[in-house]
Amino acid sequence: MIDLTGLDTRPAQTWGAMRLVPLVRREPIEDLRLHAKVYGDEASVVLLPDRTVYTAYVPHAFVASWTGDGTPAAAYGTQLGQPLRHVCVRTRRRMARRVDTNRLRFLPLHLAVEGFLALHFGGPEIAWEEWSRQAIAHGLSPRAEDAYTGAEVRGLDDALKVFEIYPGQCGLLLYAGDTLASAFVVPHPEDYRALHPTLIRDLYGELIYEYALFYPARDFPAAIDESAVTSLADLRAEAERHEREWAGFHDSVMAAGLLRAPARVEEVYRMGPYTLSRFLPSFERKSENHIGETITGADGRTAYLKTFRLSEAQSRRGHLLSELAAHGWNLAATAATLRISVPLLAARLERSGFGHLLRQDVMDAYRKQLNERTRRTRRGGAASPPA
Amino acid sequence: METYADLIECEDVLLFANAAITSTGQREFHSAAGEQRLSLAFLHSYIHGNYPDLYAATLALDINDHNAALIIANLLGRKGGHPGDARLIAWRLARMSPPRVYRLFQELRRAGVNNRRTRALVRDWLAARPDLAFDAVKYRSAVKSAVRHAHLRPEGELGDFLFAPFSRARYDTPVLEAWRRAHYDKNALYDLPYTVAEGFAARHGISRAVFLERVAPRLTRLERLRLSESAERDGVRTEADLAAMPLVRLASYVLSLAADVRTRRRGELVAALRASAARAAGERAGTWGSVAAVLDDSFSSFGSPVKRRRPLAVALACHYLLQALAGGYRGLWLSGRAEPLHARPTGPTPLGRRILDALEGRPGLLVIVSDGWDNAPPGLAGEVLRVWRRKLDPAGKVGIVHLNPVYDAGQFDVRRLSPMVPTAGIRDAEDLPALVELARFAEGRTGLAELRAYLEDRAARR
Repeated sequence: MIDLTGLDTRPAQTWGAMRLVPLVRREPIEDLRLHAKVYGDEASVVLLPDRTVYTAYVPHAFVASWTGDGTPAAAYGTQLGQPLRHVCVRTRRRMARRVDTNRLRFLPLHLAVEGFLALHFGGPEIAWEEWSRQAIAHGLSPRAEDAYTGAEVRGLDDALKVFEIYPGQCGLLLYAGDTLASAFVVPHPEDYRALHPTLIRDLYGELIYEYALFYPARDFPAAIDESAVTSLADLRAEAERHEREWAGFHDSVMAAGLLRAPARVEEVYRMGPYTLSRFLPSFERKSENHIGETITGADGRTAYLKTFRLSEAQSRRGHLLSELAAHGWNLAATAATLRISVPLLAARLERSGFGHLLRQDVMDAYRKQLNERTRRTRRGGAASPPA
Repeated sequence: METYADLIECEDVLLFANAAITSTGQREFHSAAGEQRLSLAFLHSYIHGNYPDLYAATLALDINDHNAALIIANLLGRKGGHPGDARLIAWRLARMSPPRVYRLFQELRRAGVNNRRTRALVRDWLAARPDLAFDAVKYRSAVKSAVRHAHLRPEGELGDFLFAPFSRARYDTPVLEAWRRAHYDKNALYDLPYTVAEGFAARHGISRAVFLERVAPRLTRLERLRLSESAERDGVRTEADLAAMPLVRLASYVLSLAADVRTRRRGELVAALRASAARAAGERAGTWGSVAAVLDDSFSSFGSPVKRRRPLAVALACHYLLQALAGGYRGLWLSGRAEPLHARPTGPTPLGRRILDALEGRPGLLVIVSDGWDNAPPGLAGEVLRVWRRKLDPAGKVGIVHLNPVYDAGQFDVRRLSPMVPTAGIRDAEDLPALVELARFAEGRTGLAELRAYLEDRAARR
């Protein structure tokens, strides 16, 4: 599903625990650009000299004042064309902080991730009797996940600062401790140049935060087999082969987890030749799980890509929710698929922080059942479980 | 007879020379100012402790003023020392810019270094100043502090000026009299040095354009260059003589101009760079045979906000100097740009590929000017150089030298590209011929005895 054809991998640059792999486009996409109006006072205006039609996208991480009355609003997920779906930013919320009278500084991706998760996990669509009134009426929203801003990830600011941007660069894969942290692709090099510093304001999962504290990432220094070289042309060929090999290794090994087909892709919007879609991982445990958004052209080229790597705990929660959604939020059916009992499933929901979704009396009943069962087992003569 | 101890000593001294040429204790692209200073302080105390005789001799090399001041402060602060040191220190102080010498004196005062040698040095240096009254006006508090610290009694008007300036109704020395009158007379301030006059002009509320117009004849060479851009906005031409500037400073100035200005003044700038390079090359011009250069204009050549575009300026200066020195010259920029005047720090560092391009023409000498961070892909330049030396050119027909303008605080040295190629730190392009000489020692072909002889010879020639 994620297709990085047209994007060439260039040699990585390392700094501390960070490895930054640039992606270069031979032909930049000209007709999909950042919308200057939405961008507002954040960056420069993109002017096209000829009167070609172009489509603008609003990355989900950006908040601007495009409402009629000038109040700031956050994009509700990435959008194509005119930004219509938005969440108003309430300035009293902790995540937004007023800087001066008409400008806000905030953590845009907070809103985005929350909105994003709410879009996917709307809550039960069949009103089974176990679910609480709140779960039926409001779904899982607001659903918050913990994440770290780029500024908290150790060494990321320095890594972005000393990174040497390639001519024609349109994307970046960011690794912490050689674990893929985030992928970022835009259509045009100018957009990339403007957005490169914003990577520091993005959100990263706790896995990335912890891996950034580990040992530094090592360069893979080039090694040329001198026995194969008899002339300068040979030496040049060897140097080029080395570059190709790195790109191949990166695409097939290091980025393989990202490029494997995501489990669920949801087409959100289609405008002109471009399709905006969101994807969810399979939520397999002990493997890479990325959520993200893509914009693809008619020819399948990826014009825009942004991913967020879930931590292990987040993957577990995602797994639980996707199983529930797959079975129409029916507890019995889900428990049967997971091969556990219904009370155990309820306990698992509670441990994952979704206890409030179940009706209180139902929850209590399950808890009681569980307690009784453990007591019975103990009375049967088994040793008490370790504390 | 070479022993391991000799080899280590040889290496240590070269390491220190590289650091003392490149590092100024300021922020660099890859390391902060604190790291640079910490690293440098360690090197100084290491060399001073282990090779006290050689430590002073390194003053004779083309090390930068920051390190020269550090060495002098360390030498004066410790007992003993060589009898020849004082002469070398006095020689080095005479070559440093006056503000830096005054700053050194103030640091000595702060550190409580006030032995007989120090007092004698301060006294002799002050006595050798061409116009101490001028210094007293321009660097007032610094002169006062130095005079106090060395227990001197400046006779006549100067003593009064420093310690009781308004005790006299008038001064006989013109510059002191101008200073006294400038307090109430608007016309008197144009006889003062620019930095002092600027303060008085602000006090009298004189407009910038009028002030610049009238103070223009008093400007020093550097003030002229520094002010030329902002003065032009006010419609004043400072008549800066570009061709008379040192090469790297001129290159820095060129790089500070906007792209369209560089295009407009192309003829003038290139002529100035050529003239400055020809002066630096001197009688060696055109004697170096065929030379190729790989010049780093990657993003890291931006340096840091405090050393703006310094590595790039060094590369640009080397380009023009090598052009002047060589019979046949080919300069290759990493970005592939053909016009050196439009160099700007951008993009990655594909050193390996450019070195291959440069070796294609089989030049007599290949000079690589780079900060040593080779990242596209990492380590390829080192591998290319290794295979070239081992396999394609074992006799060493192509001489290869790597010049590095950036001190790497973590490694206590400038970064190397490959152990097979000598690396030398570079600060001013004018030192390039001497550095190529020094790089000989780094290659390990000549030993400690020669290095000592070289250092002593240079020290004796001073």
